[in-house]
Amino acid sequence: MVKSILLVGVGGQGTILASKLLTIGLMEAGYDVKMSEIHGMSQRGGSVSSQVRYGDKVESPVIEIGGADILVSFEKMEALRWLKYLKPEGKVVVNDHEISSMPILSGAFEYPAGIIEELSSKVKTTVVNAAKSAKELGNSKVMNVILLGTIIKAMGLENINWEKIIRDNVKPQFVDINLKAIEVGMNLVA
Amino acid sequence: MKQLLTGNEAIARGAYEAGVKYASAYPGTPSTEILENIATYRDDILAEWATNEKVALEAVIGASIAGARSIASMKHVGVNVAADPLFTYAYTGVNGGMVLVSADEPGQHSSQNEQDNRNYAKFAKIPMLEPSDSQEAKDMVKTAFEVSEAYDTPVLMRMTTRVCHSKSIVTCGEREEVGIKDYAKDVKKYVTVPANAKVLRVKVQDRLNKLMDYSNTTNLNFIEWNDKKVGIISSGGCYHYAKEVFGDTASYLKLGFTYPLPSEKIKEFCQAVDTVYVIEENDPYIEEQVKILGFSCKGKDVFPFNGEMTPDVIRKSVYGKENPSIAFDESKVIPRPPTFCAGCPHRGFFYELGKKKNVVISGDIGCYTLAFSEPYNAMDYTVCMGASISAGHGAQQVFNMKKDSPMRVVSVLGDSTFFHTGVNSLLDVTYNQSNTINVILDNRITGMTGHQENPGSGYTLQGKKATPVNIEKLVRACGIENVRTINPNDINEVKNTLDWAFSLNEPSVIITRWPCALKKFSLEDKEEFKGAFKSKCAIDPEKCIGCRACIRVGCPAIYFDKANKKAVIHSDQCVGCEVCLQVCPKQAIQKGEA
Repeated sequence: MVKSILLVGVGGQGTILASKLLTIGLMEAGYDVKMSEIHGMSQRGGSVSSQVRYGDKVESPVIEIGGADILVSFEKMEALRWLKYLKPEGKVVVNDHEISSMPILSGAFEYPAGIIEELSSKVKTTVVNAAKSAKELGNSKVMNVILLGTIIKAMGLENINWEKIIRDNVKPQFVDINLKAIEVGMNLVA
Repeated sequence: MKQLLTGNEAIARGAYEAGVKYASAYPGTPSTEILENIATYRDDILAEWATNEKVALEAVIGASIAGARSIASMKHVGVNVAADPLFTYAYTGVNGGMVLVSADEPGQHSSQNEQDNRNYAKFAKIPMLEPSDSQEAKDMVKTAFEVSEAYDTPVLMRMTTRVCHSKSIVTCGEREEVGIKDYAKDVKKYVTVPANAKVLRVKVQDRLNKLMDYSNTTNLNFIEWNDKKVGIISSGGCYHYAKEVFGDTASYLKLGFTYPLPSEKIKEFCQAVDTVYVIEENDPYIEEQVKILGFSCKGKDVFPFNGEMTPDVIRKSVYGKENPSIAFDESKVIPRPPTFCAGCPHRGFFYELGKKKNVVISGDIGCYTLAFSEPYNAMDYTVCMGASISAGHGAQQVFNMKKDSPMRVVSVLGDSTFFHTGVNSLLDVTYNQSNTINVILDNRITGMTGHQENPGSGYTLQGKKATPVNIEKLVRACGIENVRTINPNDINEVKNTLDWAFSLNEPSVIITRWPCALKKFSLEDKEEFKGAFKSKCAIDPEKCIGCRACIRVGCPAIYFDKANKKAVIHSDQCVGCEVCLQVCPKQAIQKGEA
């Protein structure tokens, strides 16, 4: 059985670190793991995605349309942009955070209203405010690890030794806050 | 030891384990991280950024002649630049093994075309390997060096974006020290005057015959028998995409050694299955060979000729539909194109240039290509690396043939692109005297590919100090007399300098010198650009009249608050470049400490 996790956001939001920690955890837990990202021009404020797949044996590193078990979006509008990649019975975790793209900043478009309502009416949706939770923890940069915590809970990956993964991959002075961030994220998902 | 590696990291690991001594490349997505990762093995491998792909391959050829296992890596279009030395080294053969990695871009995520570089192996008559995941990428580098030395030939490794940038689990090994082979002068092998090259030409054909035997016997090309109603022939990442869709319901001929293609294995496979599908990205490279061998197959008549052959594409092509997905209100999704970052030094320059009338802006390859779009609309065409200056020259010569034509050409390119092939183009301008305005956007680093050092930055890839090329002196040495270096964030200076250049009836060069807003400053940068990106601008809502002049500089840190009809600056994004501050007619924008 192969599971697919799709992390999406805007260039610079830290999706890459979150997916790196996730894939290392999955590998150390004994799964076959593949991950796909696109680098390059899209980094400049464009839409970005990390696609993670794990199971006994994974073939494709990319998730196909209607293929993701969970879509975790670091930004509201990006959740809709990638929604067609979710299984109809899949879950969405969406960060209640808006980043206006240039056509919106320039006034050609308005940031669309009612995205959360659109998502919730179509699919099982959990809305989190990771930026607020990160600020409460004292470091807005751990927003991505909070969202990692939501994935761990939603996908039932609590048994993996995340404490070890964090200790092995994060600078010592940031270990404690990242461990708290995972816990906060896990508690955000019912 | 098991590690999760991208294909690019795996190529680097393979080069390390294969005993490579020398590596050279020019950055280009999706190949860049190959050399960046090779460079981390600094005790064992000398890794260098070259000025362009041709230079990289030539340096690697020299290292190979001198006896070291050597590797070059580049994006697909880079191989066009490097094709000249490749085709000759294909004749001479190697001393130390030599491998060229080509990173192709099906789907054109970050490229101007999606050319299929498998054709280069056939064209240059050299063997080709195609890994499908990171483990194969690492292992095949080692095999490629063995083939290179055993068959006396350079070897092409064809990667694609998804293989380059996908991570999968790799079992790593130890480095095998193969040493540096003795160098012996051999003019019949290496001096390709026609008398020698004609002999080499015959040897190349003989080599291809031997490589055909290898292709038919190597376990890089293997068959997986399942149900024989459907047989799939595939290579590279497409093999895993096909397995994702067909699983154990089909048989597979998986090709890892794809030039020469294994005709005997293809025959064996095609004879045993009812229907053959060839699943490959871009050109019908395998399909044509299957048909030449006399077998019918389903290929480009079923699958698209362009883009990636991902599982959903295969599914739709074969079964006529994708997996079920959720329908939603797509009007709620606004495009998110890439933009100049807040503080980008290109902004001030293109803001002013975009206002010029009767101008053709000859573009090039880099972040500044984004100036083609709103709000700057400041680019007429882009061709390839370095073409801005030379294509601009040709265009200006033709405009000048028309009586009283007001058209002026402004050619724009970055510092690294200027070093890449822009210097040759500028020599053409001075030699043939066009009145073009040539602009070198010197942001002190190779920007778009993620900040690689270059001859102007003062450091090598592996961190050694280098003498930074003085662009102004280089430009003057090329014969340009009208040269000015300016700060692109100073709108008045940009405007006055453009006016000066437009007033001249001879070639000029403007150098805009300010670092990329994302650059990690060197000690020299800290000295030269004191205080850069250390402050923030803010808009006084009392003074703002809502005219949107600042919005029109196209900065992602500025937005228009429609409710209050005022512009607002995101303080967490602003880095204080002051471009918006200068265009505000009401002096409503102030600069403060961060």
